[in-house]
Amino acid sequence: MRHLGEAKLAENKQIAIDVRDAVKRYGDFTALKTISLSIMDNEFFTLLGPSGCGKTTLLRMIAGFEAVTEGAIYLFGDEIANLPPNKRPVNTVFQNYALFPHMTILDNVAFGLEMRGKSKSEARTKAGEMLELVQLSQFSARKPSQLSGGQQQRVALARALAPQPKVLLLDEPLSALDLKLRKAMQLELKHLQRETGITFIFVTHDQEEALTMSDRIAVMSAGEMQQLGSPTDIYERPHNMFVADFIGETNLLEVSVDAINNGRAVCHLGGGHELTCNAVEGVDIGSKVHMSIRPERLFMSENPAETESLKGRIKENIFVGTDITTIVDLQDGPDFVVRTSNSDRGNKRIFEPGTEMYVNMELGAGRLLAD
Amino acid sequence: MASKQFDIKSYTGFKGITLLCLIILYAPLVVVTIYSFNASQSLTNWEGLSLRWYVDVFSGPESAKFKTAAWNSFVIAIIAATTATAIATLAATGMVRGGRFRLRPVSFGLISLPLMVPEIVLAVATLIFFNSIGFQRGLLTILLAHIAFCIPFAYLPISARMQGIEDSYEQAALDLYATKRQAFTKILMPLMMPGIISGFLLAFIVSLDDFIITNFVKGAGVETLPTAIFGSVKQGIKPNIMAISTLLLSLSIVMVTISYFVSKSDNTK
Repeated sequence: MRHLGEAKLAENKQIAIDVRDAVKRYGDFTALKTISLSIMDNEFFTLLGPSGCGKTTLLRMIAGFEAVTEGAIYLFGDEIANLPPNKRPVNTVFQNYALFPHMTILDNVAFGLEMRGKSKSEARTKAGEMLELVQLSQFSARKPSQLSGGQQQRVALARALAPQPKVLLLDEPLSALDLKLRKAMQLELKHLQRETGITFIFVTHDQEEALTMSDRIAVMSAGEMQQLGSPTDIYERPHNMFVADFIGETNLLEVSVDAINNGRAVCHLGGGHELTCNAVEGVDIGSKVHMSIRPERLFMSENPAETESLKGRIKENIFVGTDITTIVDLQDGPDFVVRTSNSDRGNKRIFEPGTEMYVNMELGAGRLLAD
Repeated sequence: MASKQFDIKSYTGFKGITLLCLIILYAPLVVVTIYSFNASQSLTNWEGLSLRWYVDVFSGPESAKFKTAAWNSFVIAIIAATTATAIATLAATGMVRGGRFRLRPVSFGLISLPLMVPEIVLAVATLIFFNSIGFQRGLLTILLAHIAFCIPFAYLPISARMQGIEDSYEQAALDLYATKRQAFTKILMPLMMPGIISGFLLAFIVSLDDFIITNFVKGAGVETLPTAIFGSVKQGIKPNIMAISTLLLSLSIVMVTISYFVSKSDNTK
């Protein structure tokens, strides 16, 4: 039922940005290979991928800084691929903020409004309101260089939001901030997006950031979209090796599929170990594929659990604050990484290196990847 | 320890060579400056402190000649520096912001070539050029020649400045609905201003100082300050020349100082 409801909601929502078969080539080099995706109104959408995957290129194509080699881009139904950036009702928060250094904070925020034909006083009043929204009113007379990185970041946001764009583009805006500030800004961005109701398209290479903030994520690699889905989809049901490996930490095991019964796939790990998991479309009996198991879905015990169990020996325990990461050696099989949260350690034993024990998981924990 | 080993000051003769270079460079200037305040007619005998030669420059027998020449020099320098700066600004915009076009290295070479070509060659070439197109020599020929050789001097500080300005500022302006022209006048120009002022001052000084090219392309009877000084010196050096030279020297020092501070001042801060 919940699924149906979501689908209905999506139908009623307008498509904010529609990228259709967009290709970007620089001479012989193809930066973006035929990408199609629809970004819904009010959505916090993230383009995620390693550097050089084409995510920034796609963002700059939507902003108008890069020409589209082939294909089309629609903004609420209007074709914008051939419009110059100043004719597109989208604004960008740049990676280095690009605040005009010779102007005050207030004039920076008022710039877009003035260029859109608002009078100077009107633009400044509105800019003042925007600065209030990001809690920087007291700095309005300062120059950008007199502000800290986090403050500059908020000014850049206010400046881009002031002309009320239909879509806000954010090009790795948090990458220059330190970890604590970055976490705070992630929440602030998310709130700001909810408050303003503007569609955000966020570019990042930080998977944690993407998972925290996004409604939907497009994972990109080598100029291609690898998977499009909600954070849970992407984390728990990765489509391929790249996505499973790039998002979070995982155990990637080479397996061969021995049998498929009632939607369950029995897989062989080598060394006589066997694991059963849900079957996946595109993976047939006899195929040699990879299985991804998240370390936090595994748990250890002295006796085999009723679910899936594998016998192994503890190699090493690594304390990482909130968790303990344990490396387990399966006899004649691959190594496993198991994560035990310190919060519920009470009922789970920490085994000393060398101890023999069982690594267990629930049936759905393993995920077959159709590469 | 390592830094001590590679300290250039520890080389034998370092101090001596440095001193020698400084003396050769600056001793003549110091002597001229000091003797411009000499009360004596003589160039070499010191007879006491006096401003008589400065008075002589402004009201002596040669003062009318020097005033006209100075006027010509300043008018030419201001117009030439302004024009050259405008051209250099456009050239820098094209070169730095024009992307990687195929003739870029060649263009850069062409712009800065006059800095490398011996001035006498430029002078002769300019003279032959004006002659061959039948251009009457006079103030206008001097002005045109000055504009031409001032461009590279104005270009260097302007393009250096521009290279330091990230193009994301202009992109941000375009993104915020500015037209290309507005992005240039409201964002790029103000950011380039220190470079532009610095380029203008440099061009101004170079034009004001120029002798060789001016001497070739000026018409008969038309003088700028350097050619007037040269003309006067040919009839024997009098202490009033030292006074004029000292005045020009102080002007140059002032301009170069301004140029230095302007180019160091950073309005991006």
